[in-house]
Amino acid sequence: MKRRIVMFVLVLAAFLLQSTLLQTISLASVTPNLMLVFTVSFALMRGKREGMFVGFLSGILTDVFFGGGILGVYTLLYTYTGYINGFSFRIFYDDDIKMPIILVCASDLAFHILEYVFRFLLRGRTDFFFYLGRVIIPGVIYTAILTMLCYRLLLALNRKLEKAEQRSVDSLV
Amino acid sequence: MKKFNDSLKSKYILAGITAFCLVLIVLSFVTDAATGPLRYIAGYVITPVQNGLNEVGNWITDKSAYFQSSTDLVAENKELQEKVDALTAENSQLLQDKEELSRLQALFELDQQYDDYEKIGARIIAKDTGNWFNVFTIDKGSKDGILVNQNVITEGGLVGIITETGPNWATVRSIIDDYSNVTGTVTSTSDNCIIAGDLRLIDEGKINLVKLTDESDRVKVGDKVVTSDVSDRFLPGILIGYISDVGMDSNNLTKSGTITPMVDFRHLHEVLVIKELKEIDDAKVSLDAQADTEGAATPDTSQSESGTGTESESQNEE
Repeated sequence: MKRRIVMFVLVLAAFLLQSTLLQTISLASVTPNLMLVFTVSFALMRGKREGMFVGFLSGILTDVFFGGGILGVYTLLYTYTGYINGFSFRIFYDDDIKMPIILVCASDLAFHILEYVFRFLLRGRTDFFFYLGRVIIPGVIYTAILTMLCYRLLLALNRKLEKAEQRSVDSLV
Repeated sequence: MKKFNDSLKSKYILAGITAFCLVLIVLSFVTDAATGPLRYIAGYVITPVQNGLNEVGNWITDKSAYFQSSTDLVAENKELQEKVDALTAENSQLLQDKEELSRLQALFELDQQYDDYEKIGARIIAKDTGNWFNVFTIDKGSKDGILVNQNVITEGGLVGIITETGPNWATVRSIIDDYSNVTGTVTSTSDNCIIAGDLRLIDEGKINLVKLTDESDRVKVGDKVVTSDVSDRFLPGILIGYISDVGMDSNNLTKSGTITPMVDFRHLHEVLVIKELKEIDDAKVSLDAQADTEGAATPDTSQSESGTGTESESQNEE
């Protein structure tokens, strides 16, 4: 229960930062996606269910404020991101920084391409390579940099929570 | 065995959430019932914090500007002083023009400029979390009398339109957003056109101008574009920007090009919301007024233009 509350506060903080402070450090109007970093990181560290939980919260916040009147689309996207990334739980070591970066990049790429297909391509904006170079690739790189900066913090926080929950799990570190 | 159960349970949860989301999507297409309470809660939990955090962001931006090197500032000061002199001269000229204008307006009883509308100031507190759209949140909402489809301006000109409201927040779609379509008029010739936002032009700081009907070939670069009388959401006569290039379409009937908007969308902190909605009645009245002033020759064209206007602006709904 305590973990759930901490996660809830964390996701809320991520959304608030994403919509305010991170917008002021955006380069060429491209902003890193902090909520995606959170979703993927927790899916990798804790598995599918935790990933889905974080993704669901991130998605619903995005939907309420920036869904353009339609609830549920981003919730679905973020939840599936959490679920799919959850497959890597216990397969890969979570203390190696390379793995989360690869996963975040892949997720962010898929995320951007889906957004492009459903909200741009369907309206006849066919110039895919322009959008790839202008929005998608810079967005993915920027998010990857953000992952490098904050994954260690998330990892440390997760270890702390795990330690508090059950002392025996932590014996390897 | 435990692991197997665990993964099965995850699958059930995923299926549940998927169903929940699909229901929500359908519901939000059909009614407003699902979004209402969520918006209400969000308004009281999230908006105040966004407000505070945004203050911090602005403070940091201000401080980083403060540490600019002094040589830059001296040069800038000199430049600005020259600008002030030039502007003072220009201003006195403009004041004269303004007096003349107000006399002429009184003469034509056209004093219903957008200066007269009741406006409310609002601060931008958050921006769209993704990279595709130019949508932002302001710190005023339905409690302050803000309604969907109200126009948002700043001192320079048109910024956008309200698309959603909560109790103490509202989202604004700016005119440079890829989804945005505004019916405009070139003031020098009264020709109508559509100002359509385009992500591809954002870096150049421009907006697309399409479907300009200019049979007599009089529209030129530098002409002023304002919101049109026939638009069904935007109040007439709000400055949008100036034409930066224009050319004939391949159909040889309409022209298209780009305009440079008046508003600096990169450095936007405060906006004004016009509390007057463009009602259908108002639109009728203004159409009649236009027909009156332009005589009986125009109803045909204004009819067809209002057709294109509604069509294009309905895309804005999404």
